Amino acid sequence: MKVLVPVKRVVDYNVKVRVKSDQTGVELANIKMSMNPFDEIAVEEAIRLKEKGIATEVVVVSIGVQQCTETLRTALAMGADRGILVQTDVTTESLAVAKVLAKIAAEEAPGLIILGKQAIDDDANQTGQMLAGLLGWAQGTFASKVDPQGDTVNVTREIDGGLETVALKLPAIVTTDLRLNEPRYASLPNIMKAKSKPIANKTPADYGVDMTPRLTTLKVTEPAKRQAGIKVKSVDELVAKLKEMGAVA
Amino acid sequence: MDAETFGLLKDQLARYVEERLIPAEDAVEDGDDIPADIVAEFKAMGLFGLSVPEAYGGLGLTMAEEAQLVRTLCRASITFRSLIGTTVGIGSQGIMIDGTPEQKAEWLPKFATGEAIASFALTEPGAGSDAASLRAQAVRDGDFYRISGTKRYITNAPRATVFTLMARTDAQVKGAAGISAFIVPADSPGISLGKPDRKMGQRGAKTCDVILDDVLVPAANIIGGVPGQGFRTAMKVLDRGRIHIAAVALGMADRLIETSLAYAQSREQFGQAISQFQLVQAMLADMEVDRLTSEALLERTAARFDAGQATNRECSVLKLHASEAVGRIADKAVQIHGGAGYMAEYKVERFYRDVRLLRIYEGTSQIQQTIIAKAMLRGV
Repeated sequence: MKVLVPVKRVVDYNVKVRVKSDQTGVELANIKMSMNPFDEIAVEEAIRLKEKGIATEVVVVSIGVQQCTETLRTALAMGADRGILVQTDVTTESLAVAKVLAKIAAEEAPGLIILGKQAIDDDANQTGQMLAGLLGWAQGTFASKVDPQGDTVNVTREIDGGLETVALKLPAIVTTDLRLNEPRYASLPNIMKAKSKPIANKTPADYGVDMTPRLTTLKVTEPAKRQAGIKVKSVDELVAKLKEMGAVA
Repeated sequence: MDAETFGLLKDQLARYVEERLIPAEDAVEDGDDIPADIVAEFKAMGLFGLSVPEAYGGLGLTMAEEAQLVRTLCRASITFRSLIGTTVGIGSQGIMIDGTPEQKAEWLPKFATGEAIASFALTEPGAGSDAASLRAQAVRDGDFYRISGTKRYITNAPRATVFTLMARTDAQVKGAAGISAFIVPADSPGISLGKPDRKMGQRGAKTCDVILDDVLVPAANIIGGVPGQGFRTAMKVLDRGRIHIAAVALGMADRLIETSLAYAQSREQFGQAISQFQLVQAMLADMEVDRLTSEALLERTAARFDAGQATNRECSVLKLHASEAVGRIADKAVQIHGGAGYMAEYKVERFYRDVRLLRIYEGTSQIQQTIIAKAMLRGV
């Protein structure tokens, strides 16, 4: 079974982002970029499936600017077999990405597509779901366990009430939650070997997808600064204050 | 190596340092050892093979590249570096620089994976800075030598698979010319280890005496195959080692400055952050001057070393400057932290003790000064 893993290049999770002074977005110049942490978990899961002899090939794909090759190389260094870069300079929106991925899925015919549940930049949490819709495949989102059994895959999902296990018919879509696994560090020799693994260069036009954004960002602002609070001495005083503010009747 | 690949290497190591090593520092200090899982991770990540040529399974980094990675690694406690330090550096370099093809083929692939750990045995109870006066004797016996003597403060001796060991093969020749470098497997009969040294700092780094009592070593284990070259080999190894030590110093400087900056900006006295006081700012500025001058010297010397142009005078200037500079930086870091800086709870106290050794090992500051001045007087 072939496993396809889309990976997104995002601002590194350690970076404190700053809003641009013109409020059009966050400052990206000279900022450290890395693979989306949820996607790293997806790559790790695919590699583990390969190590268990369940997956035969792990293909990683990234859609975005030229520097996404670095993100692909990181995945190749972890153990993926080959990469596909779909290069575009426009802002990538979930639906357009899902459309490109649907075309790649048609070409590559993977048994499983594992995606991060969301990217830490826009927190959209919808690409996997949209892709499942476009392909008409089963989906298991927010996975904390992935267990393929013959032509199905059992996915344990983290839901509000606890854990839910669903059996999906393959091919299927899985999106990863934080507790699925702990991604490995790529070894230094493997990073060097990743240099010689193939990356195919494509464009959205190759897949007949129009990437033009449909959303307009009106304004990006810093979260409001928290105002200083006050201390109250007793429950009675607290209730009185809340009434005064109109918070309770 | 191309910039993109090297960037990935460095990023990966920086992340490992941040996520795994720095959080494990206290456990290393309290347990006086490096946890076994971290040793295993070092092997899995290929860290033992930084300097081993690619043909032998290592990364084959240039000195400039090795220095950058060592600097990255040494943002975490220097004890972690000690684990790979002798295998990447002084313990294996004798074989890498002067070894015969057979010696390289036997040992370098094992060094690259960490399967074999190398250690460097030059210093003796009576021979420190005056290394050429060493007394360990190697007496020829057919195709073998019988080696007896004591080696002191030998880093990684308890972990070592093999020693690069300097001994006197020609008792008639005084000084450097009578010395040969041997590859001595650590499990050779007749080798025993002293009890672990109790040190000022670098807890978890293992040093002890190595006592050799009539240890039988094949004559083929002389590095390069020719007796009497050992001191020259040792000095070449130390030139390279001095660049490595400067990279260590810079990694520690990075951490000390980062820690001090954060503390100065968060600690408030007289109603404001102490970073607002010019006397504190002066210390921060002096630290940065010491860091950037070390960095500039390191980059220059490493590049010249890779081009085959670095003289031992330059290596000594670099080692002297960088080790003294990080000593000053550590001192100011403690000062900026005030009373907190004297407490073990704050990391600068440990760095202050750890960094002291940099001015002593692989040639004291005074030996570096001697090398530099003598070279100047000779006009080289």
